[in-house]
Amino acid sequence: MNRFKPFVVALLAGLLPFAPLFLNTYQVDVLNSIGLYALLALSLNLILGEAGLFNMGHAAFYAMGAYTAAILNTRYQIPILWTLPLSGLVAGLFALAVARPVVHLRGDYLLIVIGVGEIVRIALVNDVFGITGGANGIFGISRPRLFGWVIRRPEEFFYLIWGFVALTIFLFLRLKQSRFGRALNYLREDEVAAEGSGINTDYYKLAAFGLGAAWAGMAGTLFAAKMTIISPESFSFWESVVLFMIVILGGAGSIPGVLLAAFLVVGLPELFRELAGARMLVFGLVMMVMMVIRPQGLLPTRDRRFSLAAPFRETKR
Amino acid sequence: MEEFLQQLTNGLAVGGIYALIALGYTMVYGVLKLINFAHGDLFTYGAYLGLTLLTSLALTDRVGFALGVLVLVLMVMGLVAILGAILERAAYRPLRESPRLSAVVSALGASIFLQNTLMLIYGARFQVYPDDILPAATLDFFGLYIPLMRVLIVLASVAMMISLYLFIQKTRIGTAIRAAAIDQGAARLMGIDVNRVILLVFLLGPALGGAAGLMVGLYYGQVNFTMGWVYGMKAFTAAILGGIGNIPGAMVGGLLLGVIEALGAAYVSIAWKDAIAFCVLILILIVRPTGLLGERVADKI
Repeated sequence: MNRFKPFVVALLAGLLPFAPLFLNTYQVDVLNSIGLYALLALSLNLILGEAGLFNMGHAAFYAMGAYTAAILNTRYQIPILWTLPLSGLVAGLFALAVARPVVHLRGDYLLIVIGVGEIVRIALVNDVFGITGGANGIFGISRPRLFGWVIRRPEEFFYLIWGFVALTIFLFLRLKQSRFGRALNYLREDEVAAEGSGINTDYYKLAAFGLGAAWAGMAGTLFAAKMTIISPESFSFWESVVLFMIVILGGAGSIPGVLLAAFLVVGLPELFRELAGARMLVFGLVMMVMMVIRPQGLLPTRDRRFSLAAPFRETKR
Repeated sequence: MEEFLQQLTNGLAVGGIYALIALGYTMVYGVLKLINFAHGDLFTYGAYLGLTLLTSLALTDRVGFALGVLVLVLMVMGLVAILGAILERAAYRPLRESPRLSAVVSALGASIFLQNTLMLIYGARFQVYPDDILPAATLDFFGLYIPLMRVLIVLASVAMMISLYLFIQKTRIGTAIRAAAIDQGAARLMGIDVNRVILLVFLLGPALGGAAGLMVGLYYGQVNFTMGWVYGMKAFTAAILGGIGNIPGAMVGGLLLGVIEALGAAYVSIAWKDAIAFCVLILILIVRPTGLLGERVADKI
């Protein structure tokens, strides 16, 4: 099984860019939402999966990014893709401000992020500062333009979104194998021992939180560009719950697992549209059964192995 | 003043309901360190079961209002308690030794499942409690007119809380629950059947939550299949506010949250009503991280 794994991954990755040639517009659109969820779930994976920080309000940071991009674009006519760094920054800084007061506490205090998510949504509905457009949201966001090419059709968005996903996977894989990634995993497994080994736990927790939130903010920009209209209902508690489930179902900290789970959680309900009302019932049941059968997730990460001969070099996994 | 007292009593009624739900969260968290995300939906089941029993059995016509409602409350509590025990057996017991976050996802799945079952049975629309069964009397407290139902809800929730408190503090079984919450391993060594304690907690919590659901139905007159998430989130906030895992804390937190919310909606802004609860939570956690009555620092999630 493990011998074939690289081939399976290579085959799937090689086939994906040609998907728009074979699929109709609706199917490509589904792939696009899978891509966006994959992006968000990968960013949450950094916080929840790698560092083990309980974050069930990720939609708040997603909303921050999307609204930053939308406001900058509609009010100041800044091209939407140019707002990427800034919306990432806004979401990241907001996350740091949220996490800073509670990050040093040992316990389930990051649960307040659920509350923060709700506060953000209610603030958006109530048209805070008069710039979020209230319950109707913001519309008329311009199409993204890349090297003079206006991205308009779902097939074009497919390459934009999945290109960003590919970049994210590459960067997060590198991050995972770095000193930073190992520190996060240590934090997740045993906070006391990590601190005892000289890991600055507050710093790493905040770094993971800020980075994950910033990435969600950038995903929010892509979402705003794709929809051209955003409203508070796109960033409800339900979105946070779905992202949480994707990460844990895939296997906390496992990038292939998170991708697979994004396909299943977002894609399967689309396939079972004929079930209509019973769709979510089946979804809930499947989630329960999956966790009972595979509590560690679909594709869990294996522990890092170090050979005795070269104790400080990570062996090939 | 009149307006203030009306809001205060309304807040106490809503707070009593929050407190009853919060007790379910806090007891399960105390023993299992698990956040039972399906608890809010058990509360909704209480509201819907109450509606069905009320209309189909017509108890209040047969035996009078007082006895009818009492029997109704007991039936709802019993049924929801059984549901809670089934939930524990199906969704949580298999995951007892698994990573904690997996149990959270199982809880979320159970929540979605329960919610959609209700939607398929009753439909997605608001369901209305019949208003002719209940007396619409108001009581006169020195010139302050308070609906009878509000008084009954405050009294019933306080009575249930006091009974639970006495049960937990004064009986042998209650002592076993407290022991299992402090240290499961040690409790087991002392001859306590921890599995039975957990089952008991999953009977008690949902019973109180189901009663709260029935109260919401009687108080507001209408119920919806998604209301479990809103009430659940509020009650959960109340549990953290009072110090999660702490039983008197959940009671204080629930009542406090209800009052703050009612007064906030009346005097600050109704549009921000739902955000007030979370703002209060964040402020209190910054000042007092363990919650109002919490002493024990919880372990990492």
